[in-house]
Amino acid sequence: MSIFTAPVLNYSLLAPILIVLAGAVLGVMIEAFASKAIRPVAQLSLTLGTLILAIAQVWRIRHQSSLTAAMGSVAIDGAAILMQGAVLVIAILGVLLIADQEQFTVLAAAVPGSEEERESLESGQKLTEVYPLTLFAVAGMLVFPVSNDLISLFVALEMLSLPLYLMAGLSRRRRLLSQEAALKYFLLGAFSSAFFLFGAAYLYGYSGSVSLAGIRDSVVGGSGNDVFFLIGIAFLSIGLLFKVGAVPFHAWTPDVYQGAPTPVTAFMAAATKVAAFGAMLRIFYTAFANAYWDWRPLMTVIAIITMLFGSFVAIAQRDIKRMLAYSSIAHAGFLLAGVIALNKAGLDASIFYLFAYGIATVGAFAIVTLVRDSTGEVTDLKRWAGLGKRSPFAASLFATFLLAFAGIPLTSGFIGKFSIFSAAYESGNKAIVVVGVLSSAIAAYFYIRVIVLMFFTDPADDGTSVVIPSMLTRITVIAAFIITIFLGVFPAPLLNFITSLAYFIR
Amino acid sequence: MTSNSLVYLIALPLFGSAVLLLAGRRSDRWGHLLATALSAGSFGIGLMQFSQMLSRSNEQRAVSQKLFSWISVGSFEVDAGLMLDQLSICFVLLITGVGTLIHIYSIAYMSHDHDRRRFFAFLNFFIAAMLLLVLGDSYLNLYVGWEGVGLASYLLIGFWNQKPTYATAAKKAFIANRVGDMGLSLAIMIAFATLGTVSFAGVKEHASQASTGALTAIGIMLLVAATGKSAQFPLQSWLGDAMAGPTPVSALIHAATMVTAGVYLITRSNFIFDAAPTAQLCVAIIGAITLLFGAVIGMAKDDIKKALAASTMSQIGYMVLGAGLGPAGYAFAIMHLLTHGFFKAGMFLGAGSVMHGMDDEVNMRRYGGLSKFMPITFATFGLGYLAIIGVPPFAGFYSKDKIIEVAFNAGGIKGITLGVAALLGAAITAFYMTRVVILTFAGSKRWDDKAHPHESPFLMWGPMALLALGSVTSGFLFTHGDALRNWLAPVVEQIPAHEGELLSPMIVSILALVLVVLGVSLAVIKYFLNEVPETVPENVTIFTKLARRDLLQDAFNEAAFMRPGQSLTRALVKTDVAVIDGAVRGIARLASGSGKALRTTQTGFVRSYAMWILLGAIALIAAIWMVTL
Amino acid sequence: MNSTGNPYVPILVIGAIGFGFAAFSLVAAAITGPKRYNRAKADPYECGIEPSPQAAEGGRFPVKYFLTAMLFIIFDIEIVFLYPWAVTFDKLGVFGLVEMSIFIATVFVAYAYVWRRGGLEWD
Repeated sequence: MSIFTAPVLNYSLLAPILIVLAGAVLGVMIEAFASKAIRPVAQLSLTLGTLILAIAQVWRIRHQSSLTAAMGSVAIDGAAILMQGAVLVIAILGVLLIADQEQFTVLAAAVPGSEEERESLESGQKLTEVYPLTLFAVAGMLVFPVSNDLISLFVALEMLSLPLYLMAGLSRRRRLLSQEAALKYFLLGAFSSAFFLFGAAYLYGYSGSVSLAGIRDSVVGGSGNDVFFLIGIAFLSIGLLFKVGAVPFHAWTPDVYQGAPTPVTAFMAAATKVAAFGAMLRIFYTAFANAYWDWRPLMTVIAIITMLFGSFVAIAQRDIKRMLAYSSIAHAGFLLAGVIALNKAGLDASIFYLFAYGIATVGAFAIVTLVRDSTGEVTDLKRWAGLGKRSPFAASLFATFLLAFAGIPLTSGFIGKFSIFSAAYESGNKAIVVVGVLSSAIAAYFYIRVIVLMFFTDPADDGTSVVIPSMLTRITVIAAFIITIFLGVFPAPLLNFITSLAYFIR
Repeated sequence: MTSNSLVYLIALPLFGSAVLLLAGRRSDRWGHLLATALSAGSFGIGLMQFSQMLSRSNEQRAVSQKLFSWISVGSFEVDAGLMLDQLSICFVLLITGVGTLIHIYSIAYMSHDHDRRRFFAFLNFFIAAMLLLVLGDSYLNLYVGWEGVGLASYLLIGFWNQKPTYATAAKKAFIANRVGDMGLSLAIMIAFATLGTVSFAGVKEHASQASTGALTAIGIMLLVAATGKSAQFPLQSWLGDAMAGPTPVSALIHAATMVTAGVYLITRSNFIFDAAPTAQLCVAIIGAITLLFGAVIGMAKDDIKKALAASTMSQIGYMVLGAGLGPAGYAFAIMHLLTHGFFKAGMFLGAGSVMHGMDDEVNMRRYGGLSKFMPITFATFGLGYLAIIGVPPFAGFYSKDKIIEVAFNAGGIKGITLGVAALLGAAITAFYMTRVVILTFAGSKRWDDKAHPHESPFLMWGPMALLALGSVTSGFLFTHGDALRNWLAPVVEQIPAHEGELLSPMIVSILALVLVVLGVSLAVIKYFLNEVPETVPENVTIFTKLARRDLLQDAFNEAAFMRPGQSLTRALVKTDVAVIDGAVRGIARLASGSGKALRTTQTGFVRSYAMWILLGAIALIAAIWMVTL
Repeated sequence: MNSTGNPYVPILVIGAIGFGFAAFSLVAAAITGPKRYNRAKADPYECGIEPSPQAAEGGRFPVKYFLTAMLFIIFDIEIVFLYPWAVTFDKLGVFGLVEMSIFIATVFVAYAYVWRRGGLEWD
């Protein structure tokens, strides 16, 4: 029998993750024991408190780094800190939206349209399980980008995915669509997880190690079976590309974005992208970096297809949430350009882009939650016509977020796009820069089209209006707006901060 | 040289705009005064800078100010910086000077509008954005200002957006400008991709290393940008409709300053165009086409503002033509831009004054004989008229004739074609401008008795008089001792004048004058000696009909851009619905046969999605296999 | 395992054993098992409960079985983790004790949630 030593954990470095997990477990306890009346307030304050405490911890450890915080399973370094910080900031804004319980059903298990559902809705209760679910997902997202071996990666992947599958099905209105979205997301997610595991197994077969460092050693040493390695990379990438919604693994995105309750969509679209790209960057920049000849051409092709597909199909969308979903596919393509760049500038740019895009996404979906008629949210683009005349404030904010997506100067999106393309250019990958710029131009068309629709089309009298946002939603929207503009005008502080911190320890 | 005060040029009007917008109705009583004072303050700083510049030697004149580091990623750095050199000071003085006059004019012109404060806020914002455009030291900073003036223009065209047609006009301007903006952003991207920098100084330095192909691409994209902003062919159609905005706006934005931004862009990018002859030729051709195009439209317009707008289009065509003629033409393009700024703004204000006295009537067929009622307006408008048709010694004579001369001397067929076009344009200009003056001020009255034409108050005619003064003197001042050419020499490199010329200046001037006289006499015969019908005659030639319909520019746009765009979108929607959804739904429907469609489509969907993933995986593996084999 | 020979052989052997066992079980059950068909045998759950409501309404099964089954699995897995801990208890010491207590506590939270929310009540 082998010699067994007790593991040593660096709790200080793991604090953000542990705090969020503890908060989630406490949340379950509140669900179990607190009375229905105090649950909403208790859960919201617990969740926000947890996230803020976690951010404070991330800030505290920002200059530390360690490979041995959890026996080599996680790597805490500058890039990880930045990614965790981004996830937490986005999560806070997302939770503020989720607090608007108008969007959620009360009894998720009830059959849509049934008597029980009607009764539960009339009871005026609140669905508070969504808070601990959010925290569990956040915990998974915190682990995902710091995972340093394939096992932790897989555990984190499942930890962030499972709560999201559930949350996608919680919409109060259009229940069937929502449940359909949840089921689709789950089935396809399970499918892609299988690919991920399969790939991990091949990589283990190739290198005899599940740790990224071990795989890197094998790549550098050139030992091992190359066929195993390539299949491993391909299958592992499929699992990751599915999560970020890259073509051809994107099919779930529009359906799920549309079906999920909009606050969940906001949180999911923004935070999942950060976490998944965080993990992807780490894997490709550390484990696979030296084998870039093998994967770079393919990833370039995927990035190009993703950018073009997302931009083109978005033009044809008639539902605002589906349009944003295709736009997120296009953005996944832009971000892949940063992964492929495989240089320091690419890493910096990707992190900036993730943060900027995540914030703008939360803001945009937050506005979507506000546009309603008597039966709930209005997502049909046609009915957004003339919104600028009815509610100039909300429409202007939405226009700002769209302009940020389109990458118009003085918004964060412009800086993000510019820096990511310049990084790709530096790495010598001109094809991707050209396609990226072209598809940005195409994408700008449909963003502008929505702006034109909102401001230059006469409103139809169909009861669509912007509801007065709750205080929490207002905070989210305004914060997202300020960050988006601030990062567009004064990006230097954040860019410098990212540049000084973003590196991977190996 | 650096200076710390450049930023105040922009900050003053920007501050004014912010105060007026934030203070809301509270500032109704003093808002217009504040805005005017701040614009004048900006003009004061501009004058100060100008006098300091004069005291330095020619090479030391440019000053710059770094505001903050805007983007710094890896090796790529863009500072938000301002640069004031010999070229931009011309614009600064024009923008703030004419801008201030128009602020003063608007105090009276807009006095009955209860949204006057908002109008002044937008006007101040425009001044700030336009100053940023000409002061930015890189293409990126210019782009910010470029978007800013576009926004201001949109807001001001649609200022009276309670009228749906006005809102449509604003929308049209917005969209045409968007197309141009796309060109600018592509130009910036290409410049960055090939040269690795976007600052003017950097691009100038590296331009020699880039391939001609890349420079031509940048040049063409910059030209697209210029055609959008400066209403050049084929993006010209918005300018006529933009006249929906209040007249001071038409004078400032759509005559004197913003629409000339394209000329500024081309002149500023002289180092690119000089190294890319094809792009430069395109510029000249576009300019020549537009100058004729605008002039022809101008002949058929009965709306006084639209006639002036067509004339603006045509005059900017001259400037673009000048800028497209390379080092020989830049200085004259800018000169024409400045003189045009005076006389066209003056005429627009004159038109505003006429409308002010005529209950906002714009149809010239309902004017006539107004010179008796509005002597000052007639005088200032008349001086502007003499300047635009190029009668010596008024401003237009100096600047336009120079462009025609340079065009002729460009050499070969190119020179003759462009020169003839420019000459022809001069003749047509003389015709339609005479037509405007006669229809408005001469002849018998054609207005009904409800109108009470009267002279405008001092606040309105004061600025008009000052601009008229500029129309009279500026041409002589700029050419006296080649003042403007020598001034601009460090920015735009020049070849010595008078070298292998086809026609001497004297011959060009005489030719032009003969044609002008011809144009004027034709107009006098047709409109002064004959009766002018109050209604629009219908038994006219096909050419007149075409010109009335703006030479079918809208029909062209619709056919060439809108319909294909719509069908492309529709086709994409159809593909999405028919092919992707249809295939999936079809299979699902076959399987289910009836009811419960949702659940069966659901499984159909997921299966097909999973299939996508599987196919993707197989493709990936196959591709890896092939790549690494 | 000696170091010579193909390292994949043991995998193949294990695979073969697994396959053989499955085949053997099926064949053995088919040959030796008594074959007495009745109605109960044809039910989805041989041991008692009627699937309800009827399949015509969508073929739903009461969620109670799944709840109970999942609770069982949670505790089943807990045991799986407790077992190795028990084996190396002396080496892990206090660290192991604390970690295992936290682990058990978290599992218990899930149990408490199910209990408080009525997951254990049959009707």
